[in-house]
Amino acid sequence: MGYTISEKILLAHTGKKDIKQGEFIEAKVDLALGNDITAPLAIEEFKKSGFKKVFNKNKIVLVPDHFAPAKDLKSANQCKILADFAREQAIKNYFEVGCMGIEHVLLPEKGLVSPGDLAIGADSHTCTYGALGAFATGVGSTDLGRAFIDGKCWFKVPATIKFIYKGKLKKWLSGKDLILYTIGKIGVDGALYKAMEFSGSVIRRLSMDDRFAMSNMAIEAGAVTGIIEPDEITLDYIREVHSSQSTVHRRKQKPWTVDRGRWTDLKSDKDCHYDKIYEWDVSDLEPQVACPHLPSNTKPVSSLKDIVLDQVVIGSCTNGRISDLRISAKILKGNKIKPGIRLIVIPATQKIYLEAVKEGLAEIFVKAGAVFSTPTCGPCLGGHLGILTEGERCLATTNRNFIGRMGHPQSEVYLSSPAVAAASAITGRITHPEEL
Amino acid sequence: MIIKGIVHKFGNNINTDDIIAAKYLVTTDEKELGKHCMENIAPGFASKVNKGDIIVAQENFGCGSSREHAPRALKGCGISAVIAKSFAGIFFRNAINIGLPFLALKDVDEITEGDSLEIDLSSGIIKNLTKNQTYKVEAFPQFLQDIVVCGGLMNYVKQKKEK
Repeated sequence: MGYTISEKILLAHTGKKDIKQGEFIEAKVDLALGNDITAPLAIEEFKKSGFKKVFNKNKIVLVPDHFAPAKDLKSANQCKILADFAREQAIKNYFEVGCMGIEHVLLPEKGLVSPGDLAIGADSHTCTYGALGAFATGVGSTDLGRAFIDGKCWFKVPATIKFIYKGKLKKWLSGKDLILYTIGKIGVDGALYKAMEFSGSVIRRLSMDDRFAMSNMAIEAGAVTGIIEPDEITLDYIREVHSSQSTVHRRKQKPWTVDRGRWTDLKSDKDCHYDKIYEWDVSDLEPQVACPHLPSNTKPVSSLKDIVLDQVVIGSCTNGRISDLRISAKILKGNKIKPGIRLIVIPATQKIYLEAVKEGLAEIFVKAGAVFSTPTCGPCLGGHLGILTEGERCLATTNRNFIGRMGHPQSEVYLSSPAVAAASAITGRITHPEEL
Repeated sequence: MIIKGIVHKFGNNINTDDIIAAKYLVTTDEKELGKHCMENIAPGFASKVNKGDIIVAQENFGCGSSREHAPRALKGCGISAVIAKSFAGIFFRNAINIGLPFLALKDVDEITEGDSLEIDLSSGIIKNLTKNQTYKVEAFPQFLQDIVVCGGLMNYVKQKKEK
């Protein structure tokens, strides 16, 4: 029997000849990531274990992005632990405030992840890099501390669920709508410890930014990763990243694969085993919104017209990319947000920030009455820069709407695409962009 | 190893934001984290827990964020084991790695708040002392048992290196 793309990548990172679903393996990772919340604990474990040197200073990435720029004294201490460790171990891929961005947008942008890579990160949204055809998954701090020692991580080889999206997406639809729809269909444990494989003609036409948004939320269905077979769109993205100035941090690339094929050969075998296959025609799909307090509680936008808002957030590792800002600005241009509403726009990286300034998007946001923030995870996880108080309601392009996620336990978070978020900031209630 | 404690029951999809809210993730101290365990969904929970108590929940326990602070907060507030119908992937690995005992049991509906349980981790037998019932869970696969026996992932790796 053949292998899925996920199995192929895992197999290539073990010394084994064969690999089976459900089997426990130890594999060598190409990349180990930590942030200002998870890395301090990993560093503590690493030091406690008595090891002095990390396995490979070029394969570790540290990004203070969650509570950075440091929101308070304790956060400043956590950020300093990363900076000190990076200096001590000569880790070059440490991104200080000013170079920093939201990790899962930053790493692909810096060329740090390639198709066929096995990447772990002590952050659940590490699955984002699945969009590049990498096997990428979130792990814990101790996993990261262990990877610091020997570059290895244990895995249970996941079964794969294949998702085939057919038809043609309507105007205003995005990768975010597809993934919200998918989670709504299968539930927050619908892919529990499975790999989700996104495919079909709709995926093949999606931009990388939209693919990242989809893979990003695979964890919200319980999946270990959300992977997309690389194609010309992936390779164009990689080529652009590698030819740009921003790749000083990138690792030496090694092209895929087990049989030394090319990245575009990195596909699931025809005779591989899928645990399940979902096939949906999404031609009639409406923009989707996840209602409190689960990402699976999704409804079409038109059914939520009466939901009035206090705050709108556009940003995060799901939707803080340049195309997200472009579509938001397109909708907001020449408009003012509804008085009394707060709109917070957070570009995910410095590069995106600068592009938004150069393209005039920042000006559109500010003129519309929004705040335009420095890159950070910020309010997404209730960190800073837009915390909700009791009874407040927010529509956000982020990825989780759990109880108290953005602040007070009696506040509410709805999740949507940037287009719906921007339109809703203008009307002050959940709105389909076509209504404007 | 035998664990004995009183049951605190929870529902489906208890996520790591529920277990420990992000605003407290500015420390790695288990005791400090433990003080705020389950605060958003069960205010005052930490003060109700006696050392050794057991959480019994439904499906997908520990979903959401990868924060290892969640199993550490549970340990820090005195929870000795978690029993649930199913566990989220990253929580599962975190619990293995740091040695928080957890058991996947389909019969959790038989167990009610306040029941007294006795868990024999080596045999996977759970005795409900209040209801006079016995449940059995499957043993971990060998690989995971090896980590557990070593007392967590870091010790496992150290021992492997020393060999």
